[in-house]
Amino acid sequence: MSEPTSVPASSGLIDPRGPRFGAAITAVLLITVLILGPTSLAGLIVLLVQTVAFAAGSLLGLQAQPWGLVYRRFVRPRLGAPAELEASEPPRFAQSVGLVFAVAGLAGWIFGLAVLFWIAVGFALVAALLNAIFDFCLGCELYLLGKRLSAGSAAGAAN
Amino acid sequence: MTGVWIALAALALTLAFGGYRRLTDGRAKPVRTAPSLDEGALGSPLGSQATFVQFSATVCAPCRATHRVLAEIAADTEGVRHIDLNAETRLDLVEEFGITRTPTVLLLDADGVVRNRIVGAARKSEVVNALQQVDRAVAA
Repeated sequence: MSEPTSVPASSGLIDPRGPRFGAAITAVLLITVLILGPTSLAGLIVLLVQTVAFAAGSLLGLQAQPWGLVYRRFVRPRLGAPAELEASEPPRFAQSVGLVFAVAGLAGWIFGLAVLFWIAVGFALVAALLNAIFDFCLGCELYLLGKRLSAGSAAGAAN
Repeated sequence: MTGVWIALAALALTLAFGGYRRLTDGRAKPVRTAPSLDEGALGSPLGSQATFVQFSATVCAPCRATHRVLAEIAADTEGVRHIDLNAETRLDLVEEFGITRTPTVLLLDADGVVRNRIVGAARKSEVVNALQQVDRAVAA
């Protein structure tokens, strides 16, 4: 017997290889950004491109994520159907987490805060690599911790 | 040059963390403190032999795979139930049991005592082993 009742239904199912492919592109771009460094204009442009990609995936949805579009247009036709589909919420949430790091990295570049730039882009790279290599969603894991903390602080404020 | 070092450090961190998780995720760990859960707390009746209490979240890809594994075992095993909770709406239980990740699965015996805990995508062989031990203890 199974009780799936309280589990939220997904709003859409996607090919899980899409976000993973996207994470690989993201990782390559972020490595490029790191190598170019916090004073390189070329690096800023690459980081801006990735930030826009994160923003599209996070704010508009995965169907608008440019690396996802590349995947569906050029890669998926060569692969055939996926073994199984997955819910779109986790990878979309991961895009939001990526967006936060990318914006922090941009702020580091613009305001000349090299340490902020290195940390933000470095962590965004770790998250993208975990996704690309291990199919592991770091942001999704932090989600429950965030919920616990916000519930805890709300309860603390009420007391 | 700094950027190259940071990229390499990020890669090393990823491989270490991902490798560690790959080794440890989805394994059934015995719970010694043995707290218990009942129908009132769960909002759903317990299985007569054993119950899987799964904590899931909307933004959790491995939760679906875990749900499938547990639902299948519960369907095939007499007296075993599978209860899948949305962790976000059951933060009381999340706090009580110190759950930090989804999916986390608690395996309860016939009396509702928590006997095993599986963090990360559950492996079927681990679940089956843990279930046999719980059942054996029940039989003894």
